[in-house]
Formats: sequence, structure tokens, C-alpha cells
Amino acid sequence: MNTPTPRFDAREASKWFFRHGHTGWLALRFTDQGDNWVELELPWREDLLGDRSRPVLASGPIISLMDMASGMAIWQTRGTFQPVATLDLRVDYQRPARERASVKGRVECYRITRSAAFVRGVAYDDDIADPVAHVAGCFMTIGADPREANPALQGGGND
Amino acid sequence: MTDRPKTFGELPAYARSLGLSLTGESEGGMPVLTVDFGSMVEGRPQHFHGGATAGLLENAGYVALRTALLEAGRDPVLKPINITVQYLAAGKSQASFAVGRITRLGRRNANVSVEAWQADRARPIATAVMNILMV
Repeated sequence: MNTPTPRFDAREASKWFFRHGHTGWLALRFTDQGDNWVELELPWREDLLGDRSRPVLASGPIISLMDMASGMAIWQTRGTFQPVATLDLRVDYQRPARERASVKGRVECYRITRSAAFVRGVAYDDDIADPVAHVAGCFMTIGADPREANPALQGGGND
Repeated sequence: MTDRPKTFGELPAYARSLGLSLTGESEGGMPVLTVDFGSMVEGRPQHFHGGATAGLLENAGYVALRTALLEAGRDPVLKPINITVQYLAAGKSQASFAVGRITRLGRRNANVSVEAWQADRARPIATAVMNILMV
């Protein structure tokens, strides 16, 4: 008898994702989720500055934040962890992040097909209506990923 | 070494922290940046995270622009307007390189193209186009 595969849950998956690799090094945190969106937070940190003159986060880590939130929004929407590769990601910077402020990234997956997914989102510090950046991206599903076997990525319920 | 670029100061904190460095080589007069593969840049197992690749591209773009501005005797504050990254191939578990090229250096805006590659310079893994405001 097969038990139904549990739904992908961004909150649960974050516990595992952000322990390793690039996103672990950035210390990304899960903050919120909906049916087709995920929000993550990039904490402010001295060694992530992009400008010698001001204590504001560099734009590079903000791209990482939005790329990760995009992937998770896609899995959240699809309901399963199916590996994706970024094809194209565009970031329009609206203003610098505030001094010593962490940045949140909220990305929604507004269209998904068997092989492609389209996302859009905002990065913001205080007010989501006054974003630091707008993002748009296109992703493609790819072949096997060893993380697929990880139970932590197959949905919640083990709290 | 007539091709060697002039110095423009050190890389930003984020770039150094991510492990980016200048190779000392240049292409079209622009410095080549590199980053070794390691946990700090890893996304899916044994591959570069798209964000880390974007960080490499973006920094190579800024370094190219600073190099061009230095040659022109200019030292403006740079503000990012936008960046579009195209991912062409998976970044494998080996060193990556990137170099920028100034497509247009205007008075207020610069348009910069950047390419990243690994073992084979002829096979880029990602490209970026950046618009940068100069004030």
C-alpha cells in the first residue's frame, strides 16, 4: 500500500536547506509562505556589505535570497520538490536597503507548466509597499537531484 | 605586461567574503575574477548556487566598470539599476571565472556585459547584463 506523498512545505524544507552551502553561509531564514509564494529573510551582516562608505547589504546576496525564494515558491506551488535550474533572473534595484537592515524576499510563482515556471517578487526591508528590488525569473525543471530522497524535503508533519 | 589592468582598490566586503579574487589575468583590458568551488558557493550538491554565480558576475561587472572609469580619470559613486542573469550551464564543482566588458560608458549610465566560465573559456556557464548609474 502506498501512503500519499506529503506535500512540500517550505517551512519544513528550510530547516534542512539553510544548514548547508551557499544559503547556509548567508544564514537565510524562513519567514512566511502561502499557496504559491514563499518569503525568506537575509539577516544583515558586516561581511556582506557592497559599499565601502555605507553599512548596507550588497546587491549580490539579495540575488541569492531571491533565487532561493524563487525555487521554494515553485516547489510550494507544485507541491513537490522537483529540482529546477534558473534560466533567467532579472533584478531591478529600486533603492538601497536601509543601514543595518535585514532584507526579506517574497516571491510568487504565477505560472507553472510541466517543464517551466515563472516567478516574480519583491525584496524589502521595512515595508513591502516600498521595496528594495523587484525580481522576475524563469526556471526549468531538471533531472534527478540527490536531495529528492531527503525526507525533510517531502513535506511537514514531523514538528 | 602591458595588458595588466591598473589597480582600483580592494574588492567589496561581500566579494572577499564569498571568496572572490582577481586572477591577475585580464581580457580586453578588464581584470578576470575567480572563485573556487566550496561549501560557501554550493547550491544543489556539487553545483554552484545561482546566487553565488550572480555574485561573481556582478562583481566582475563592477570591477570592469571601475577599471574603465579609472582610465577615464573618473571616480563616481556607482548605484545598481538592474541586472539580468542568463544561466547557460550548471556550474560544476570546480573554479569559476568571470570578466566584464563595457558595452557603453555614458555620462550617467554604464551598460556592462559579463561572462562566467569554468574549465573552457569558450563555453560560458552564465552571462549578465548590468545597468549601473554613476553619480
